[in-house]
Amino acid sequence: MLELIKEPWPWWVAGIIIGLTVPTLLIIGNKTFGISSSLRHLCAACLPTKLPFFNYDWKKEKWNLFFVFGVFLGGLIAAVFLKNDEPLRIADSTKTALIKQGVTDFGDFLPTDIFSWSSLLTLRGFVFIVFGGFLVGFGTRYAGGCTSGHAIMGLSNLQWPSLVATISFMVGGFIMTWLILPFLLNL
Amino acid sequence: METNKQTDFSKDAMCINESDKKHPWWYDIKYLIVGIIFGITFVKAEIVSWFRIQEMFRLESFHMYGVIGTGVVIGVISVQIIKRFKIKTIYKEDIVIADKTFNKGQIYGGLIFGLGWAITGACPGPLFAQIGAGFGVVSITFLSAVAGTWFYGFLTSKC
Repeated sequence: MLELIKEPWPWWVAGIIIGLTVPTLLIIGNKTFGISSSLRHLCAACLPTKLPFFNYDWKKEKWNLFFVFGVFLGGLIAAVFLKNDEPLRIADSTKTALIKQGVTDFGDFLPTDIFSWSSLLTLRGFVFIVFGGFLVGFGTRYAGGCTSGHAIMGLSNLQWPSLVATISFMVGGFIMTWLILPFLLNL
Repeated sequence: METNKQTDFSKDAMCINESDKKHPWWYDIKYLIVGIIFGITFVKAEIVSWFRIQEMFRLESFHMYGVIGTGVVIGVISVQIIKRFKIKTIYKEDIVIADKTFNKGQIYGGLIFGLGWAITGACPGPLFAQIGAGFGVVSITFLSAVAGTWFYGFLTSKC
């Protein structure tokens, strides 16, 4: 059994678990699934600010912080106890294209030639690690949710604004991947 | 920025279902457990992988489309069942899901998030799982995302 769990999980297993998170959170406490909100609650909780956007009772939303701390712990548990020993299998065409664009490390979840402490102070590392993160935090809050809040929760509840948001996420990603990333990878 | 931001403040990111029941803090541990299962899934199904996100945006793998597509189908069926059978929470309260109201932020913000998603290879959930899985430098990406969220709050408060 443990051997089976250690294998990479197929897409449908992950899809079912992620989909079932929606009713689980509703039934155990009337919570609507969403992750990017946690970033806002952290601002409200940790940063001394008078900004009205962060001026609310974040303690009522602390379930969300428990949830994301769980996601962190889950990542830790999976990496320590359930690690798959095989290298990551990615599509050949993606690998070929990324090699052409200058990615050299394919051994782990992230290319460590870009995402590492030593590359943080290079221009390329700074763009991928710091600037990329900033766009994620700014964009999700501006959009009122991320992949979980809009693409999973919103679409599950058949909300058309969430469909608009999801399409926008994908369009943004396509623009970056096809038009901008080849340039950024060569910084 | 939107003119209806006051209403956004109340709805966006807020739980609208104020429960009358007061629970001690450890009741929130159930969300921690759901989060742990979620985080394990993110790593084991390689959703935390930068390469999987590149494959998705390059349309060279079905994996992520399968994950999100299955998630949405299961989610839609679940929500329909909850509504049809008026299923209540374990505390016998009615389940209420707020409608999302449209504003242009979903387009502009969505595009900006999409740009960032393809760079970092992570939406907010996988960021937490990546740090847990030992990619310490992603904590900088995470702090930067918090800064981005703060900057959005700063702009909406000033404009």
